[in-house]
Amino acid sequence: MKQLSKQLKLPAELDKLDSVISFLETTLWQCDCPMKIMTQICVSVEEIFVNIANYAYPDNTGECHLDLSVDYEAEAGCNQMTLCIHDAGKAFNPLEKEDPDITLCAEDRQIGGLGIWMVKQSMDQVKYRYEDEKNILTLTKTW
Amino acid sequence: MNINVKSEGNKKWIELDGRLDTTAAPQLSEVIEKELQETVKELVIDMEKCGYVASSGLRVILQAQKNINRVQGSMVVKNVNETVMEVFEMTGFSDILTIE
Repeated sequence: MKQLSKQLKLPAELDKLDSVISFLETTLWQCDCPMKIMTQICVSVEEIFVNIANYAYPDNTGECHLDLSVDYEAEAGCNQMTLCIHDAGKAFNPLEKEDPDITLCAEDRQIGGLGIWMVKQSMDQVKYRYEDEKNILTLTKTW
Repeated sequence: MNINVKSEGNKKWIELDGRLDTTAAPQLSEVIEKELQETVKELVIDMEKCGYVASSGLRVILQAQKNINRVQGSMVVKNVNETVMEVFEMTGFSDILTIE
């Protein structure tokens, strides 16, 4: 089993999204992460990063930190990614958001509310804590 | 993302090439708004070259479906890969959209 850990710190701004995705792709690629899992991870992190960029720092600009750790080259089902996403913006637990009703027809669907739902569905585990005035969201995905 | 549009009578064919992420979603929204005139009754969204859809992209696709419903037209999403299909399934979009 090998382990790879990487960190990224960047301004929580929408135009930094490409840097976040490149960071994830480059690191996960090195760990032979399958394309499908990589896409699920990237989409999940995009949803969280975009939320932070849009809402965490309403009055100023702030940073977002990503701590990524991957255990890989293990037998199927034992490769694991753990990603902690921190921001020092206003306290907000995205997991408390009510799940959308995905059975409604197109006309009754609200435009929005699907992002966090997709994160919950795509990752094996998503945990939130508020510590030292930081929002810390931890995502885990095994393959 | 590159977006190519082809017209054929009252049918529009929109090909997506690249990631339909938060940056690309407004771009697609603008194209759909411009191309989806009252006379358009058939819309095809071809996703052969798009293997990545974020929730912002889903919002634009849903808006397109609502707009085409309003003019009693039809919309088809074509060439969806496995990863994008999973996104459509987990969000219930597979029940709303016509996927071929």
